[in-house]
Amino acid sequence: MADKNGFFDLSKTNLTRRTALKGLAAGAGLAVAPGFVRYSQAQSSAPIKIGFQSHRTGIGAAYGRWYEKTTAAAIKAINDAGGINGRPVEVIIEDDGTDPGRGAEVVGKFATQHKTDIVFGTLFSHVVIGSAPAAGEAKMPYFVVSEGHHVASTKLNRYVFQPGITDVKSQIQSMAPWIAANAGKKVTQIFPDFAFGYDHRDYLPPALKAQGAEVIAQIAIPPTESSFTKYFPQIPAETEVIYHVMVGPAVLTFVKELGEFYGSNRPQLFGFIDSLEATDINSPGLEFLDGSHFWEGSPRYAQPDDSAAQKAYRAAVGIDDNGAAVGDPKDVSTAAHMFGCWETLYVVKKAMEDAGYKGPEDRAKLVEATEALTEFAEGPEHPQGPKTFNGKIHQCFGIQNISKVEGGRLNVVHKTKIEDGLYEPEGDYTTQPL
Amino acid sequence: MHFGPHLLLAALEGLVTSAVLALTALGLSLVFGVMRVVNVAHGEFFMLGAVLAWAISTAISGHPALGFLAALVLAPLIVGAIALVAERLVLRRLNYNPEATIVATIGMLYIIQQLALTFYGPEARPVEPPFSYRILLPWFGYSGYKLSIIAASALLLVATWLVLTHTKIGLVMRATQYDSETAQAFGIPVDRVYAGVFALGAMLAAVAAVLIVPISQAHYLMGQDPLLLSFIVVIIGGLGSLRGTLVAAVLIGLSDGIISVFFSPTLAKIIATLLVAMVLVFRPQGLFGTASR
Repeated sequence: MADKNGFFDLSKTNLTRRTALKGLAAGAGLAVAPGFVRYSQAQSSAPIKIGFQSHRTGIGAAYGRWYEKTTAAAIKAINDAGGINGRPVEVIIEDDGTDPGRGAEVVGKFATQHKTDIVFGTLFSHVVIGSAPAAGEAKMPYFVVSEGHHVASTKLNRYVFQPGITDVKSQIQSMAPWIAANAGKKVTQIFPDFAFGYDHRDYLPPALKAQGAEVIAQIAIPPTESSFTKYFPQIPAETEVIYHVMVGPAVLTFVKELGEFYGSNRPQLFGFIDSLEATDINSPGLEFLDGSHFWEGSPRYAQPDDSAAQKAYRAAVGIDDNGAAVGDPKDVSTAAHMFGCWETLYVVKKAMEDAGYKGPEDRAKLVEATEALTEFAEGPEHPQGPKTFNGKIHQCFGIQNISKVEGGRLNVVHKTKIEDGLYEPEGDYTTQPL
Repeated sequence: MHFGPHLLLAALEGLVTSAVLALTALGLSLVFGVMRVVNVAHGEFFMLGAVLAWAISTAISGHPALGFLAALVLAPLIVGAIALVAERLVLRRLNYNPEATIVATIGMLYIIQQLALTFYGPEARPVEPPFSYRILLPWFGYSGYKLSIIAASALLLVATWLVLTHTKIGLVMRATQYDSETAQAFGIPVDRVYAGVFALGAMLAAVAAVLIVPISQAHYLMGQDPLLLSFIVVIIGGLGSLRGTLVAAVLIGLSDGIISVFFSPTLAKIIATLLVAMVLVFRPQGLFGTASR
């Protein structure tokens, strides 16, 4: 992973060649298959194929696994209720290795080899940004569950949507008032040194400034870093709040080393749960987090005021009241993000039904039908809460949770309103040609 | 933070890196020195050590130190056994041909990594340190366990050095390294020495991983970093030179710690790589290596 020069990364050439050969063989096989023409005529009863670009390996693997579980649960629920337009839904999973280059290849593979109707499911922002041009080129609707601001920035293209999870810019804007009022006014930011981290770097300072607080230092850490103590001297002594958002397999080390460095004499901590997603907050060394606050998209721990829809969703995905897999308390989920897979699939269902979607020839209609959506009501299809959707920037806006670490669990202490996170659109995808 | 404490923190961080790096690189260096095999799968033995440490320490209940000590003993032994099997099944059948073994160890790298992904999973899992004493300095706190890594690593390095210089096994190894054909002619079972050295190399990587895993969790991709750094250390120090490996590990570890604290970690990696290039251009055998015969 530190092998930035690619000295030892022989996987690249190796796998590309294998993928290419597979693609060639499959293409040749399809061309000569006698049933090929007949199959496309019988399409109306054939399943709708959703290509799932999954982080099965690489630094996003823990997310990928839970995204797959959530997706499987949502697809089962959709199919049990009669599928989409009366057709069953089938998910085809390809591993992108949490790598932008392979991400683009996977999108191409879905378009040309699997001939899926849409592509779905990507989390890591650099993979989304790397794959989006391939999706645009193939005119393949690409529904991501990434939370980065890249979709809403309108820097990608008309085929990329994020209808299931709020983007970082909106999250930050809606939480900044709470941070300034409850945590402190002098904030030091620690964030991963890639696209997702840059959203935090760029949008937190103005959001805090509007509340009379300020960012006094920004510390970027490479996402593959495994040791963090060396960065902590850069935190200014007058810091009142450390705002941390880290990703990747070393997140637990990050929080532990922060604890060793400061002990009990620490500034306030406000973190994105990304810093501890898929990690037990009761792991040894994390005691010092007690009393600190986290953003959560959807709460990891069951809350007293959970809706019936939230309870049904948790049961369907198979997580217990502590947000771990039912039957394996050590297998902690990525609850704060994965609800987005569930909700996105229901948005796809709605849009396909609105468009009268029949097959890949209707992809443009699907794009327009998705753009026409405006709100999603809270309920079994949207268990995290109500959302509005802006078709011009392909982004949804929902509520955010701020949770406090108390007694070894995360309790929601503040919920933002949708209006808190709305901002002026930076562009308009609908003016782009289809 | 003022310059003094800042430098102290940088040096401490650097020494921890050096300690782990020295053990890992020593394993790589031994395997190359004696067998002339470039073991690209070395980082995966490191990863296996960490993953096994997690498995062993979770299996043993009671005080965390018990589980950790068990892991410290058992994990390297298991990894050594796996390396032994790999050596018998793969490297020996290739007659230790330098080119073929590079390709074969690349294959081993992927097999071990994917098996770990399949059976252990993609999560990073923590191992509880045997003790969690926090040393309180006036300027910052520092993990007592991290300091103990430096001591443990120094002990293990001294032990390895004693084995290599003062025991019959070490003598046999050095003889094989010096000239394997002559050694064979003198009745040294070169074949068995190779197997032992390969296992020992993997065990050194595994023990380094067990030491580091309480401060950086076990993860199936964690072998890549140590592999790259070990190669850097071994190239700078001179392939097969124990002293060179040690000096280069301290040099790289400390410079990595200090440069990344004062400037940026990326710059530290750039400088290390540049150093490798310089060494390869001006002193291809490494700082302490001897020109190949």
